[in-house]
Amino acid sequence: MSLTLLVAQLLNGLQYGVLLFLLAAGLTLVFGVMSFVNLAHGSLYMIGAYAGALAYGASGSFAVGILAAMAAALAIGLVLEVTIVSRLYRRDHLDHVLATFGLVMFFNELVRILWGPQPIFVQVPDVLSGTVDLFGFTYSSYRFAIIAVGLVVAVGSRLLIHKTRIGMLIRAGAQNPQLVSALGVNIGLLNALLFGVGAMLAGVAGAMAGPVLSVQSGMGEPVLITTLVVIVIGGIGSVSGAFYAALIVGVVDTLGRVFLPLILRQLTERSIADAAGPALASMSVYVLMAAVLALRPQGLFPARRG
Amino acid sequence: MKTSSAFRPSTWIPLLLLGLLAIVPTVASGFDQPYWTAFFARILIYAVAASALNLALGYGGLVSFGHALFLGIGAYAVGLCAFHGIGSGWLHLLVAVAAAAAAALVIGAISLRTSGMAFIMITLAFAQMGYFLLVSLKHYGGDDGLSVGSTSRFGPFDLGSTSAVYYAAWLVLVAILWSMARVRVAPFGMALRGARQNVKRVDAIGLQAHHVRLVAFVLSGMACAVAGVLLANLNAFVSPSTLAWTVSGELIVMVVLGGIGTVFGPFLGALLFFVLEEVLKGFTEHWMAVFGPVVVLVALFGRRGIAGWLEALNRKRPSPGPPDIVAPGRA
Amino acid sequence: MAALQTENLVRRYGALLVTDNVSLDIRSGELHALIGPNGAGKTTLINQLSGELRSNAGRIHFDGQEITSAPVHQRARSGLLRSYQITSIFEEFTVLENAALAAVGTSLNAWRFWRPMLDDSRARAAAEEAVEVAGLTAFAETVAGELAYGQRRQLELAMTLAAKPKFLLLDEPMAGMSAKESAAVTELLRGLKRRYTILLVEHDMDAVFALADRISVLVYGRVIFTGTADEIRAHPEVRAVYLGEETD
Repeated sequence: MSLTLLVAQLLNGLQYGVLLFLLAAGLTLVFGVMSFVNLAHGSLYMIGAYAGALAYGASGSFAVGILAAMAAALAIGLVLEVTIVSRLYRRDHLDHVLATFGLVMFFNELVRILWGPQPIFVQVPDVLSGTVDLFGFTYSSYRFAIIAVGLVVAVGSRLLIHKTRIGMLIRAGAQNPQLVSALGVNIGLLNALLFGVGAMLAGVAGAMAGPVLSVQSGMGEPVLITTLVVIVIGGIGSVSGAFYAALIVGVVDTLGRVFLPLILRQLTERSIADAAGPALASMSVYVLMAAVLALRPQGLFPARRG
Repeated sequence: MKTSSAFRPSTWIPLLLLGLLAIVPTVASGFDQPYWTAFFARILIYAVAASALNLALGYGGLVSFGHALFLGIGAYAVGLCAFHGIGSGWLHLLVAVAAAAAAALVIGAISLRTSGMAFIMITLAFAQMGYFLLVSLKHYGGDDGLSVGSTSRFGPFDLGSTSAVYYAAWLVLVAILWSMARVRVAPFGMALRGARQNVKRVDAIGLQAHHVRLVAFVLSGMACAVAGVLLANLNAFVSPSTLAWTVSGELIVMVVLGGIGTVFGPFLGALLFFVLEEVLKGFTEHWMAVFGPVVVLVALFGRRGIAGWLEALNRKRPSPGPPDIVAPGRA
Repeated sequence: MAALQTENLVRRYGALLVTDNVSLDIRSGELHALIGPNGAGKTTLINQLSGELRSNAGRIHFDGQEITSAPVHQRARSGLLRSYQITSIFEEFTVLENAALAAVGTSLNAWRFWRPMLDDSRARAAAEEAVEVAGLTAFAETVAGELAYGQRRQLELAMTLAAKPKFLLLDEPMAGMSAKESAAVTELLRGLKRRYTILLVEHDMDAVFALADRISVLVYGRVIFTGTADEIRAHPEVRAVYLGEETD
């Protein structure tokens, strides 16, 4: 295995991790602050992907696509928050699971009705269709752009959370939700805002994933479940935990898929390696999660201390 | 709570339905409609799985979003045994139940270290792990699944025909409903239900809530695997889609729709789920676009389920005492 | 002979000493009251004794055994039972079921899957007796969630009694009760005296002085004095820090 392959796969892992972070950032705050289990976060990602693909296709501008994805996911996120989600905050988690599971069924079917079951393929925008030369390696500019956007969002959310008043409330809310409402803050507004921003980030992730993955009904759930793994590893409610965990999961998953079969081939017969390699690789992030939980049930970077 | 006799609507209506289901294969062959038997067999099997989930979810308050895994383990126990030429139903059952117990023990031990949200996500993630594991095992069909060449044989009794599976599923369902009724008020069930309401107190009176929950989770997984064995025989086919995360969600929907924590709720929920699906499919292929919002409405408003509604009927009957205040459905 | 003994028991939250080297010696058969102003650390101490809170240092002996790090359920099974200041019952079960489950905890175990709990004659008898002692017989079939506040407090006590304890840790059994209800519970506790060894945390001074054989005063996590009711009344420091606050 060459160094070039390793670096390219590391970057792929990073790019996947960054996408996971965009999904995990909003979701972990909704979990942490509102104690709400949102399975429909994957649907918001799917909505972003469709809105992005359609607006990009119609306008020819990828930027317009991204903006449309943000707007659509934000709008639908807010509508869901006001009509359904906000009524469930005080209920137990089972009701959250049930309601958002119903929403997932609905949105997946709605997308199938509107745009059919077959995937939509999205072109990489012209500007980013080339490659970047980096110390002698070449790497897709588009994937680089995804990494860059993800890092910008990570830095931005860190500043927002640690340097602003809203961020202070969010942090306080993640550690002690009762306290925040006792402070006289309009908790309903804060919740809606958080949910909306989380939805918007999911929409961005969907739109950016469009040219890399296929856009189709049900695309949100596999990535949602990996996002849940990220959140559990990072510690529920912790945005910085979600960031590190997303990168770890992205890299472990990507490298595992490429290198585990290769490594096994060195160790055992080819036929066994070919059978066991993909099996082990597909389990790697879950094994990682189980190991983390066995050692630290509250995750690697828990938001609540004490 | 204790109204006059056992002849309350919440008891006799489910029992009547159960009795009527016993004659479905006879009626179906009389009308020459073999599809009816297969359709209701599926309901019986999912009713078994939902009842099994109810032990953990309803009695124990453990929101497992990964019970499809145990269903899949049961199904693949049959599929893999048959693939390797093992036809004994007893062995199928043994492999299914033992594998499910082992998996549930590991998953339960890890996920019960956490609670609430993390528990939901972890059970979901483990089920997903099983799903991707089976998808990647190309030797056993991978994504495409595996035909079950030889169905489970219990001595002279072979689960090769739809009606054989049907009667077996009916018996298993009756057995599990009876067990659930017994366990509910036995010390184990009381401790388990107590731990859902007030876990701290269960420890304070000298019972180990953690152990009680873990055992409930394992038993629940084992019973679910039995449903998987039946399912593999019914379809003569197994595929990773049995373990899809949506199946775990559907099992939860059945439990809540029917009445969480009640004896007959999961059975009633499974019945309504599939009948509703069938009816909606008659109108549109996009039935999920209607069913999804129904599930949302159930979460918002219908939390006591069909069994809760039947219990309300109990109270409407002329009774000497003052009307009962509706007890809180869940903590 | 000492039923329950603590040696230099400590509990810290960061730099704050909530339990500061508490050494108590509660004799078998006595009713020992623990009093102190709000925030003195009484409930923390009870939680350490019951096992719900780990101690940072020190030792606890119960019935001749060291139990410093024993888990909650094991302490309960050895006869050390507690009640809660904030009512902690099973809201969906009937009064009798609540008490019977408490009896199951110490006299049987949870690993019985088939026979109904209430068909077990031992659990049922213990539950019925406890419910009667607590004065709830008329409400035995009532769902706990529908009880009035005072009755819930009585059930709290009944659950502790149904477990056939050797030692009762009672955390403010009269909290929030009316004067009439408090008087009834005082009578109830008088009846329990001598049958069980009792550590009673209570704010109601009339009840404490009427019931207690000995009283320990806890201030800022420290036991500043232990003595009889008369000695407590006469003790200048206790009057200053505790009774002074209580009378104004």
